[in-house]
Amino acid sequence: MYAFTYHRPGSARQAAGLLAKKEDAKILAGGHTLLPTMKQRLASPTALIDLGACGDLKGIVRKGRTVVIGAMSTHAEVAESAIVQEAIPGLAYLASHIGDPHVRHRGTIGGSVANNDPAADYPAACLALGATIVTNQRKIEADAFFTGLYETALEEGEIITRVVFPVVSKAGYAKFRNPASRYALVGVFVAKRGSDIRVAVTGAGEGGVFRWPEAEAALKARFAPKSLDGLKASAEGINADMHADADYRAHLIGVMTKQAVAQATGK
Amino acid sequence: MATVSMSVNGKAVTGSIDPRTLLVQFLRDDLRLTGTHVGCDTSQCGACVVHVDGKAVKACTVLAVSLEGASVTTIEGLAVNGMLHPMQEAFREHHGLQCGFCTPGMIMSAVDIVNRRGNDLDEKVIREDLDGNICRCTGYHNIVKAVAAGAEAMGGQSMDQKEPPRQAAE
Repeated sequence: MYAFTYHRPGSARQAAGLLAKKEDAKILAGGHTLLPTMKQRLASPTALIDLGACGDLKGIVRKGRTVVIGAMSTHAEVAESAIVQEAIPGLAYLASHIGDPHVRHRGTIGGSVANNDPAADYPAACLALGATIVTNQRKIEADAFFTGLYETALEEGEIITRVVFPVVSKAGYAKFRNPASRYALVGVFVAKRGSDIRVAVTGAGEGGVFRWPEAEAALKARFAPKSLDGLKASAEGINADMHADADYRAHLIGVMTKQAVAQATGK
Repeated sequence: MATVSMSVNGKAVTGSIDPRTLLVQFLRDDLRLTGTHVGCDTSQCGACVVHVDGKAVKACTVLAVSLEGASVTTIEGLAVNGMLHPMQEAFREHHGLQCGFCTPGMIMSAVDIVNRRGNDLDEKVIREDLDGNICRCTGYHNIVKAVAAGAEAMGGQSMDQKEPPRQAAE
């Protein structure tokens, strides 16, 4: 790891001030991607701005028909939150299956969303649930937020402060994970909000998380696993690596979507 | 250099450290608490697991400087007055180790599982929650037995009472 200066602001506003002042600074949230990346010298920020003491970035609350999750909420906090479990159980389930227990005690939703790893779990939930990513400057719809591999709509100096999830009538998540890294080989989040059906796929796309319109259309007729019978995802634009080729991943998209719908409908 | 103060195994410690110092380096190199091991150094193997504010974390993936005011428990902090902690005793009794390299992390994770899930643990829960700890000797069988027995022996007593978790601000 290369040397850096360390800063520990007490609020998101102070953090933004530091971020604007320090050249080549990086935000440190849970650190479970950034620190390993720095150890490998793939990242070498000259300053780290740790959000760990920003109390205004913590906490999970229910606000009307939404659940608002502070960016520094850990995966364990989301998984164990009575509010999330009651309002969007599929989201609590997703959080409870990220990494391992130790990772979940440190990793944060804000860090995961900002990093937009193509195999991370949260981007699928954000996209399928139609979440709004709130920063210190503006609100960004999930549809416009995830723009490519590790790329997001975040501008220089922008910090995610919270993620707002609409409470949907049904939601479920299924992932076929890589047993070593515990990232998704393929993960599918499905959500039904009135007549609006969304299916978001992570782990599979060459450009990161994406929606699967054919499955959404099929589930519109009836929101049940059976509606997906015979539906196959195209292997075009799907990742291929030593863990799974594109055809296998495409096949898994169908299987995981069915499992996610089954979970969402309690079948 | 940066200054950091925290409590380690109930004792107040202050260090003047390079901000790059990982918690596991601070524990091993500065405090000479070498029971916490470095295995993979990539947050996968779990040999470096310690408790921070009552929660198990991988000490190879936490900056020591970020733990100002925190309460840390390492494997050295479990035994009381020379008496092994029930979980340590269970690992000995059930031969939950061979080379022993992963054992400190296994035991810290096991105590964390009991703190989160209570004393009556079935095999499935234990195996799932030991997901972040890798052992290359035992095949896990005796480790799982040891964790179940240790959990029972802990009898509803959280052994981390001296480090109440900090409340997340709402």
